[in-house]
Amino acid sequence: MASKAVYTHRDPMLKKRDDFEDILEERRSSSDLRYALKCYTPVLYKGLTPCNASLLKGMVLQSDQLHYVISQMSKGTGRATDDIQEEAMAILDEMAHSLQLSTIRFFAFTLSKVFKTLFRSICVNEEGIQRLQQAIHEHPVVLLPSHRSYMDFLLMSYLLYTYDLALPVIAAGMDFMGMKFVGEMLRMSGAFFIRRSFGGDKLYWAVFSEYVKTMLKIGFAPVEFFLEGTRSRTSKSLTPKLGLLNIVMDPFLKGEVFDVNLVPISISYERILEESLYARELLGVPKPKESTSGLFKARKVLSEDYGSIHVYFGQPVSVRSLAQGKVNRCQFSLVPRHIPKRPSEEIHSFVNDSAYKLVRAQEENMVLKPWVLLVSLLLQNHHQNQGSADAGQRKGVALDELTAQALWLRDLSREYGAFLHWPDHTPPSEVVSSSLSLHQGLVRICEGRVHLAVEQAAAGVGQPQGTVTPEEELLSQAVVILSCVSYRNQALHVFLRPALLASAIHTASSNNKQEVFNSFSFLRNMFSNEFILCPGATVQDFEEACYLLMKTGALQVTQQEVLVTESGHRTVAFLTNMLDPFLQGYQVVCRFLCEEATDSLTEKLFIPAVRKFIIKLLLEGRLRYAEVLSSDLQKNVLAALLRLGAVQKVKGAAPGTLKINTVMVNSLEDTLGGKLPTQKTVSARL
Amino acid sequence: MASNSSGGGGEGGSSDRQRIAQQRLRIIAGHLQRPADDGLIVLAAECKGQNNKTEASSEGRTVPRRRQEIMKWNGWGYSDSKFLFNKKGQAEFTGKRYRLSGMIMPALKDWFEGTFGASLQHKTPATPVLTSSAVQPPTLNEAFVEELKSTGISFSHNAEDRVFRAHGHCLHEIFALREGKFGRVPDMVVWPNCHNDVVKIVELACKHNVCLMPYGGGTSVSSALECPPEETRSIVSLDTSQMNRILWIDEKNLTAHVEAGIVGQDLERLLNESGYCTGHEPDSMEFSSLGGWVATRASGMKKNIYGNIEDLVVHIKMVTPRGVIEKSCQGPRMSTGPDIHHFIMGSEGTLGVVTEVTMKIRPVPEYQKYGSVVFPNFEQGVACLREVAKQRCAPASIRLMDNEQFKFGHALKPQVSSIFTSFLEGLKKLYITKFKGFDPNRLCVATLLFEGDREKVLQHEKQVYDIAAKFGGLAAGEDNGQRGYMLTFVIAYLRDLGMDYYVIGESFETSVPWDRVLDICRNVKARIVRECKDKGVQFPPLSTCRVTQTYDAGACVYFYFAFNYRGLSDPVHAYEQVEHAAREEILANGGSLSHHHGVGKLRKEWMRETVSNVGMGMLKSVKEYVDPQNIFGNRNLL
Repeated sequence: MASKAVYTHRDPMLKKRDDFEDILEERRSSSDLRYALKCYTPVLYKGLTPCNASLLKGMVLQSDQLHYVISQMSKGTGRATDDIQEEAMAILDEMAHSLQLSTIRFFAFTLSKVFKTLFRSICVNEEGIQRLQQAIHEHPVVLLPSHRSYMDFLLMSYLLYTYDLALPVIAAGMDFMGMKFVGEMLRMSGAFFIRRSFGGDKLYWAVFSEYVKTMLKIGFAPVEFFLEGTRSRTSKSLTPKLGLLNIVMDPFLKGEVFDVNLVPISISYERILEESLYARELLGVPKPKESTSGLFKARKVLSEDYGSIHVYFGQPVSVRSLAQGKVNRCQFSLVPRHIPKRPSEEIHSFVNDSAYKLVRAQEENMVLKPWVLLVSLLLQNHHQNQGSADAGQRKGVALDELTAQALWLRDLSREYGAFLHWPDHTPPSEVVSSSLSLHQGLVRICEGRVHLAVEQAAAGVGQPQGTVTPEEELLSQAVVILSCVSYRNQALHVFLRPALLASAIHTASSNNKQEVFNSFSFLRNMFSNEFILCPGATVQDFEEACYLLMKTGALQVTQQEVLVTESGHRTVAFLTNMLDPFLQGYQVVCRFLCEEATDSLTEKLFIPAVRKFIIKLLLEGRLRYAEVLSSDLQKNVLAALLRLGAVQKVKGAAPGTLKINTVMVNSLEDTLGGKLPTQKTVSARL
Repeated sequence: MASNSSGGGGEGGSSDRQRIAQQRLRIIAGHLQRPADDGLIVLAAECKGQNNKTEASSEGRTVPRRRQEIMKWNGWGYSDSKFLFNKKGQAEFTGKRYRLSGMIMPALKDWFEGTFGASLQHKTPATPVLTSSAVQPPTLNEAFVEELKSTGISFSHNAEDRVFRAHGHCLHEIFALREGKFGRVPDMVVWPNCHNDVVKIVELACKHNVCLMPYGGGTSVSSALECPPEETRSIVSLDTSQMNRILWIDEKNLTAHVEAGIVGQDLERLLNESGYCTGHEPDSMEFSSLGGWVATRASGMKKNIYGNIEDLVVHIKMVTPRGVIEKSCQGPRMSTGPDIHHFIMGSEGTLGVVTEVTMKIRPVPEYQKYGSVVFPNFEQGVACLREVAKQRCAPASIRLMDNEQFKFGHALKPQVSSIFTSFLEGLKKLYITKFKGFDPNRLCVATLLFEGDREKVLQHEKQVYDIAAKFGGLAAGEDNGQRGYMLTFVIAYLRDLGMDYYVIGESFETSVPWDRVLDICRNVKARIVRECKDKGVQFPPLSTCRVTQTYDAGACVYFYFAFNYRGLSDPVHAYEQVEHAAREEILANGGSLSHHHGVGKLRKEWMRETVSNVGMGMLKSVKEYVDPQNIFGNRNLL
């Protein structure tokens, strides 16, 4: 085996997770006003340098790092340092938060009202809160929540206020700031704003990184940001962004603090507020620009039931222990620490690995609702029916049949370590029906059979005259499908590794273990932009997948062979079906690039063009999966092909012109489809 | 004749009638000489290179051949000086040698129990006597011994003599001795009296392939004196303590030519008699030797005026297996390729024996004054020291102790006799903590030592206090200053006290650029606390530091660390793991492997990354050329 490490099998079942408590319960029984005005005395960092928002700005502007960058710029451009200093000040003013307790109190009051209307419960693991409190006292802390909704960061501050913990400062995208009034409110509740892109702007980078580092070093407040960079529209975790993580790790690596604690936080929504909004966005209806009036229009969401929220504060991860044996910090001894330096290869891969670990930690502690399992089954059922016969056969699946399948899947997912929140003391049929009723916009029950609400969706759009083009109908069905898919995706991380193995067995030409591994490795590599797959952990993932499938009796693995058992076919089929939309999707995009793409195709034109191509295939019935219309998937394919070198960005006439290596794309497509054996490009061997 | 066998003979075996007769002759001759000379002149007459300007030398030397006559075999320093808790539970320091001797320190017990969670009820007494039978019998190289006898150089294979030279003062070394455990010890001790004796010994060692380990003051804290257990040859400890004369003083050039075995206190005392000093005062100066300083690149407390050993040395003579290495003149600086002195300094006994050194000397300063400054916190204190270094106005010594060390120092305050003094002390404390608002758990103290003309000292003092004031520092009196320095001289005695009560500890040091001083102090201390916890230490450790030297581009930081080991099955191992982690932390924070303790065997593992592969190759090739047979086989450094 290529890897030297001896893996201890991760047995997810053994993982003990904390219990939850509902914080809304108390809110429903006592005064919100008193709560908003309660005595707030959080535990602070023991090494705290007392400071306020404006002193903080001063510290940043006085910092050695900023001085250095300014004087370098001045030398390079001939601009006066005062001038640049002023620019820095402007950047800082635009960026900086002005955290005020009064604003938090205001939010505490209003959010109490809002939350009580929207949600049945907000459940928090209190042990996690205690761990966090300890961590905040001991070390500078970075909060890393998952990002599925606008709600996330208000919710986080609300929770920390509730538990009397230090209020965080939050890195927010600049687009928020465009919202009049609200932007300022957010600023006063601790948000600081960063431009989405500032590529080569050294001054901006210096101000920004120094600002974050200073807050961290002096223990001003926990720093909160979203590793995924943006809200995941698909409910799949996004490939982590490294910029901010780099910044918050830097003070430790350079010895400026003893340690930094990173706290992964998993926020799971039973129903996402932005559900259909996301689906539309993925289908190409542009995202409405954040505006205050837009927010008020969203008021109608207040009348609906969004179920419960689970917030799991994970085990704080010490950067020091992450770096143990991975980073030689001596490398920072030879250059003054205030001179900005590009992170070395070693540091880059360390930060990258850490980021993946943290996102995985977020994933693992995501609470899954029964609905997630139901919708996974319903989607598979939907596509199978679609394939078999459109007419004649009755749609959907019988309710009791669905319940039985759900129970099977419940047990399977628990075996695989899912953090499933299935009320064990309620009869299964009740669990199923209550789940379905919460999502009545997406499913229909008619004559005891359950099916996705695709037809109704088309009608529901409510075109005044019945002149709906097939394309429009397809798109409105796709909205429902993509909404459903986003729930199914919540469970993907549980099944991903076994599913990759199941698909690998399916595509590999034989049961030979090495061949299955090669195929697994190929798929894993192909999908590493799509799913959270830690870099360099191919063998580990393969073993984990084998272990899980063996554990559930679906697979027999010997020295040479990987065999699906008699009883394992159901599991393997389920897993294969789960991954199939992605496999198909990747092939379709490849086909598009081979067949339709012209020389003038640019990155910008890629999405509309491929979308058109896919709509055509769907309408012709040559493709089953409407979810392939998701621009997320399409972008991921392109990113994967760029990474693999099958497509290159060239400096052509238009910026971002794509040059396609047709032979390579073609062979990737064939390999995905199992028509070509996996090439021996795989380095790791079993 | 020249040889003096009073110690070497003994039960070890080499006593014969002739020797006894010679000894008597020597003693008689000694009486006939100037009484103070203790017969050294007779010896000197035998040795070449001996100048007759021996007026400089006087009195008996501190270190006798049989060290056991005045020093502890399993602890630090003189047998008559030690800390103990008396029947009333008060700490006192016995003996008459030190300022603290005979005094009672009422606060020490509470500090000790409070800091370590130790209790006077729980004792861990040391093995009282050295049992010679527990020492492995010597492996002698008979041919070597025979030829050595014919040279008349005194030697011994007495067990006590050998055990005394088998260790330095690392914690694990002293801990083992207290338990009565001995590992590999030298098989024999030789006491050369002069350079030529050393030449003979080294020649014989090469001829008969025995391993030589030079031994000076025995104060190493780097496992440098540990006998390599894998060494199969006979190991001969070459004790330089009898090479302890000042051979001449050159008042025109202000240099003194000194034999390398002389210990610091003798050197200073003897020079003082002529109105001079070297000003080299490492904390170990009572016992450490000139040759040892050269071999480890030592640093003295007053280096700001006098310089470190490399600045003080003008000429070195070293005997190596290839012959004698020395420069041909005493020019103050040379451009003649890499300075060969730098192959010698820091060679840690791997290349040869330093026998004679010409050192710079200075007239004894007219005036000395201690001082101290209290800062509200350590950060301010460091900023002040940095500014002092920047303005290049550091006094002879300036040290900044952190809060824990300040409290430690305070615990050593002797009982005050007058109510008035204690009243004054109380007022001072009130002024600093209440009126000035210093947090007693954050404040820290800089101790100062000024030297020179009275007028200049006072001027200098004002300059430094003015700078301190800019960083919130308040002058806190001479007494606090002096006590600070005293702590460094008695710290090793205190460790022995701790070891009587389940407390073990050690000090270590590093040098670091200015901008990293605060970070390294915080991180290393925190690392120690964390590691202790991880290793199952039941009570929080003492983890404290001081900035002990300032330079233009950085500072030397000194750490103390100690913990209560009750409940640990293998305290020394736990201790070593923590120390190892602390060193890793130092390196990760941009600190050096060592500022002045040296590498020895304790820190060898980090040498390669410290000096790079090529650097390591250079050092190795020097060793290979100078000592191809590895006669100087202590295996330090490389």
